[in-house]
Amino acid sequence: MHNGLMIEVADLVKDYASYRALHNLTFTVRRGEIVGLLGRNGAGKSSTMRILSCFMPATSGQARVAGYDVFSQADEVRRRIGYMPENNPLYHDMRVREYLKYRARLKGLSRRQSRGRVDAVMEQCSLTEVSRKLIGHLSKGYKQRVGLADALVHDPELIILDEPTIGLDPNQIRIVRSLIKSLAEQHTVLLSTHILPEVEMTCTRVLIMEQGQILADDTPENLQNHMNPEGQVRAEIAGPYEQLSQWLADWPSIAGYELVPGEGEYFLVSLTPKPGMDIRAEVFGYCQANGWMLRELSRARFSLEDIFVQVTGPKREEEY
Amino acid sequence: MQGFLTLVRREIGGYFNSFTGYVVLAVVLLLIGLSFAEIVSALNGQPSSLPVTQLYYQTYYFWLILLLASPVITMRSFALEKDLGTFETLMTAPVSDRQVVGAKFIGALIFYVIIFQPLLICVLVLRYFGGAQGAFDYGLLASTGLGILLLGCLYMSMGVFASSLTRSQVTAAMISFAFGLSLFVLSFASATQTGETGTIREMLGVINLRDHMEAFAAGIIDTRAVILQLSLTAMFLFLTLRVVESRRWK
Repeated sequence: MHNGLMIEVADLVKDYASYRALHNLTFTVRRGEIVGLLGRNGAGKSSTMRILSCFMPATSGQARVAGYDVFSQADEVRRRIGYMPENNPLYHDMRVREYLKYRARLKGLSRRQSRGRVDAVMEQCSLTEVSRKLIGHLSKGYKQRVGLADALVHDPELIILDEPTIGLDPNQIRIVRSLIKSLAEQHTVLLSTHILPEVEMTCTRVLIMEQGQILADDTPENLQNHMNPEGQVRAEIAGPYEQLSQWLADWPSIAGYELVPGEGEYFLVSLTPKPGMDIRAEVFGYCQANGWMLRELSRARFSLEDIFVQVTGPKREEEY
Repeated sequence: MQGFLTLVRREIGGYFNSFTGYVVLAVVLLLIGLSFAEIVSALNGQPSSLPVTQLYYQTYYFWLILLLASPVITMRSFALEKDLGTFETLMTAPVSDRQVVGAKFIGALIFYVIIFQPLLICVLVLRYFGGAQGAFDYGLLASTGLGILLLGCLYMSMGVFASSLTRSQVTAAMISFAFGLSLFVLSFASATQTGETGTIREMLGVINLRDHMEAFAAGIIDTRAVILQLSLTAMFLFLTLRVVESRRWK
């Protein structure tokens, strides 16, 4: 059919009256990926999504979805996209089932198809028990799922979600997240967020955006490794100081260590392993063999938060 | 086509899902009832040679309904979508801008036709009690209906346009009320501008909606009126389309 790319964006520029929101934005998304678009407010995430969903055109540049141009073949693109805008707008005066049916018909499904699809997405999003309720009376978590169901109802190839978990409580966030993850098998997903752990948990790839450009493009793990190639290991061990330092000094797997007295008879040990080594099991094994107490053993992980600050620059952060 | 019909259904459904739809229906029903009672009691006192339809349009109830109801009917069409944010989900569905504007207009127009249905009941009552006297010429009823429909087209398109300009329903209603009232008041301007000669007076005479409506009610279909109202409708719909498209070049 085509080259396996779901989204191809090249040199995309979007000018608003007073400023440029997108500066020659270029990226691609392959079929089946869950890509997280990460960036602070105003970084251009929503503009990108609005262009991809054919809500508004770009000033210049190219954008293709499933091989169709979003400017000249907007109808084809719209049929293939399920889009949930920011703040998940819904008609509050409609009932859940009625709304989904309306959306399905609007998206060109026949009466028969729409009946089947509406039932299917209500099942998928666990909406069956509220199908007759007014949308305006639903909790935010349910509303969010109605929005997702709407995005899914015509079984689109690409699902674009603008901040799908904003304003939800932790429980609801978990439900929505697992729902998004379950979509991965059949759909390509592009979601935006400024909540970093979300990307870590749901996405197979992260695009970090800042001022209308892509600053980083990688898997969450690679970004981790990139930021923190050694993966510092921390341990708290209670043992005789001499033996401990002797052991650490002679250990070939580590590039460096630090040993400082901690609480009581415990020592705080920081280890820098040689690249590509995971030494945590060995630390545990050695302590066990010597009968030392071990009460903490962890590998320092940079959160995406740190990565984000590092990539986008802490200076600009202070402006907020 | 399916998209268009789905949208029209949603529009009409929206009126009946909301409180405003029923309020408009109730108020219009009251006003129609009042006007009907007034005409009947007047005719009781003194028979008239004019057809009932024409008598009806000499009272100002019709204009009151038109001027008050049309802003309320149309205020939600785009303003509510923009306010809720559903404008975005709507415009990213596989339907064209043209279809959306058309559906908003047709939906409002159908609701407008619905609120005038009680008039038919009035006619039936008169027919039942008044016998088959002159007032019940079908041609006359048809031309009156056409007059109501044409004014409806004009005022609905005006209201939909006003609604597309803003995200506040109240503002939309005020704008369309201002438009509607000005257009109506111009009808009187032609009468007061007797001093003026030539073009201005002639022009004011052409846009005299009140005279037009009276002509329709008397059974006269004046092509000037038809063309004026249809072209104004087309203009407002075109302007609405431009406003809806404006998100593309903003």
